[in-house]
Amino acid sequence: MRLPIPLALEAAALRSAGALSRIAGRGGGTTLPGKLLWKLDPGAIELLARRLERGSVLVSATNGKTTTSAMVAEILRPSVRVAHNASGANLVSGVASTLLERNGAELGLFEVDEAALPEVVRRVRPRALLLGNLFRDQLDRYGELEIVAARWCEAVASLPETCLVLNGDDPQIGNLARPGALVFGLDDPRQARPALQHAADSTHCVRCGTPYDYAAAYVGHLGDYRCPSCGHARPPLALAARDIELNGLDGAAFTLATPAGDTHVELTLPGLYNVYNALAAAALALALEVPLDGITAGLHRFAAVFGRFERIAVGDRRLLMLLIKNPAGANEAVRTLVEGAAPRVAVVALNDAIADGRDVSWIWDVDFEPLLAGLESLVATGTRAAELALRFAYGGLARERIEVVPSLEQALDRGLELTPAGGELTLLPTYTAMLALRKVVADRGHVANYWVTAP
Amino acid sequence: MRIVVGHLYPDYLNIYADRGNIAVLAERARVRGHELDVRAIGMHDDVPEVDLFYVGGGQDREQALVAEDLAGKAEVLHAAVADGAAVLAVCGGYQLLGRSYRDLSGAELPGVGLLPLRTVAGKRRMIGDVLLDCAWAGETLAGFENHAGRTSLEAGAEPLGRVVSGFGNDGESGYEGCRAGRVYGTYLHGPLLPRNPWFADRLLMEALAHAGVEVELTPLADELEHAAHTVSAARARARGGR
Repeated sequence: MRLPIPLALEAAALRSAGALSRIAGRGGGTTLPGKLLWKLDPGAIELLARRLERGSVLVSATNGKTTTSAMVAEILRPSVRVAHNASGANLVSGVASTLLERNGAELGLFEVDEAALPEVVRRVRPRALLLGNLFRDQLDRYGELEIVAARWCEAVASLPETCLVLNGDDPQIGNLARPGALVFGLDDPRQARPALQHAADSTHCVRCGTPYDYAAAYVGHLGDYRCPSCGHARPPLALAARDIELNGLDGAAFTLATPAGDTHVELTLPGLYNVYNALAAAALALALEVPLDGITAGLHRFAAVFGRFERIAVGDRRLLMLLIKNPAGANEAVRTLVEGAAPRVAVVALNDAIADGRDVSWIWDVDFEPLLAGLESLVATGTRAAELALRFAYGGLARERIEVVPSLEQALDRGLELTPAGGELTLLPTYTAMLALRKVVADRGHVANYWVTAP
Repeated sequence: MRIVVGHLYPDYLNIYADRGNIAVLAERARVRGHELDVRAIGMHDDVPEVDLFYVGGGQDREQALVAEDLAGKAEVLHAAVADGAAVLAVCGGYQLLGRSYRDLSGAELPGVGLLPLRTVAGKRRMIGDVLLDCAWAGETLAGFENHAGRTSLEAGAEPLGRVVSGFGNDGESGYEGCRAGRVYGTYLHGPLLPRNPWFADRLLMEALAHAGVEVELTPLADELEHAAHTVSAARARARGGR
């Protein structure tokens, strides 16, 4: 289907706006054209989406949506031309920008912000919808978990034809299962946590309010649950990860059990949460009828997406950067670090811009304590550096080991100074702190800016 | 000295860093040579002899789940407070300490009645940094609020503080929280105690008094605490919120 001429003109003009914004050095220009289009002509997004001959798929979750959709993109790369909002611009405007920029794409692959999902669903009408998990995150912005869950429920009901790809291990999401849904989850009680974590959210039955019994709790409240009162339980799994091996910071491996057969998957990314991401990506790819060997090949090719987990060489030292943005995600970052080699020097960065959450109370719900034993120096930085320092001080880290350096750049330099030559400095930044730190490192010539690496 | 803290419903009401408040109380007691003994009091549990009760915040759903059980503990809580036990209640816990809480559907949850106030759920959430002037203590409190409930104090009730910046109890009265003797309720989480150490120490002294020791606590340097308070107070002043 060809674009009506005025829309084509709009699209061309808006694409140049993005390029201009990038040239002017005003960030990646990743959402500017979409914002303009959204303002000028909201209905245009629907027209652009309808042009995609193989339709669109959406990925939403509190944690892991960027990594999961990047995995799906890699799996699809050899066979499909994909329009993918790879830079993480995941509001309606980001989806619109991607639609504008990717002329000639056959399939739309969009990660979508949890709160923006109903609007994007309404505009894009996806053929498949992947829902990964719901954790408490930025309560000042999203409101309570139940509210987001209720909106998702409505969005799902408005899509009777859409193939649902659901993480059955999350009670709120498992509860959305219907005939034809592709439900995935972990099936390896050896990897279960001994007890529910503090950051577990949906621990009471979504139907009757009784605390769930967990046969296995894997990440936060994700696991194999059953309500002893009304019987609400994890739905049967169509796809499962079994025989999981976690190899510290070096990666993970598991058996991917699917209706099309079992296969072995090796990941270059560490941690149980990345097993979830890979399993989710495999499930969505399967829903798109990618053969099993195409899925495993794609996952093997996959390399870390910006900042979620990456190593950057800086002179004779290395930076290991893990994004932290909410309790559940931060807990997994901590667990992964400790299972590798617990860092001796860490720079932890807490910003309170809107994208980080203006309410910083969530740091008190993170289990940072496993890091403390091995930590010789902590540099607390960001706009709320002192608050972060308090979190570690009251967590049990001696105050003489904590330095407060609000400037991110100075904190990075101080961290590098404290790191022996040949050693690794661990950075745990919130979202805007991560972008700022990456820019500092990039300006020094060490790593490409993120929109350059986006396909 | 051992200070017994009764943490009410930690499995249900824990949404806003409530354990941060407990950690601050424990550490500030420890460095003064006291020991905090924290006991979880859950659904259907008997209420033990306690020096300080703590009730945190929850989402609407969790709040509704505990309200009835908490109301069933009202008599023993009133007796403990009459005996001099201190109470800190934050957000949802604060609402439940009042006389009643009416949700958006009009359903009424019973309250404990330790604070002379009523709360009605509103449509608009009141979210942002808050700064309070607590003239009664000659101090300020800096925190963060996020609530749709609008709380009205009864005539003669003492607020926790006057709102310098932020919404406070109902976005209109200009006051936040409530105190009655050693019972304190507030919407401020963030959490409250790390960046307001004077308030943590006050609660500890009151809990110690109930345990049988009237002491002044040795002052601590609190440099990080004051730095965090300064940033948080500046956020409130800059953002206003009202």
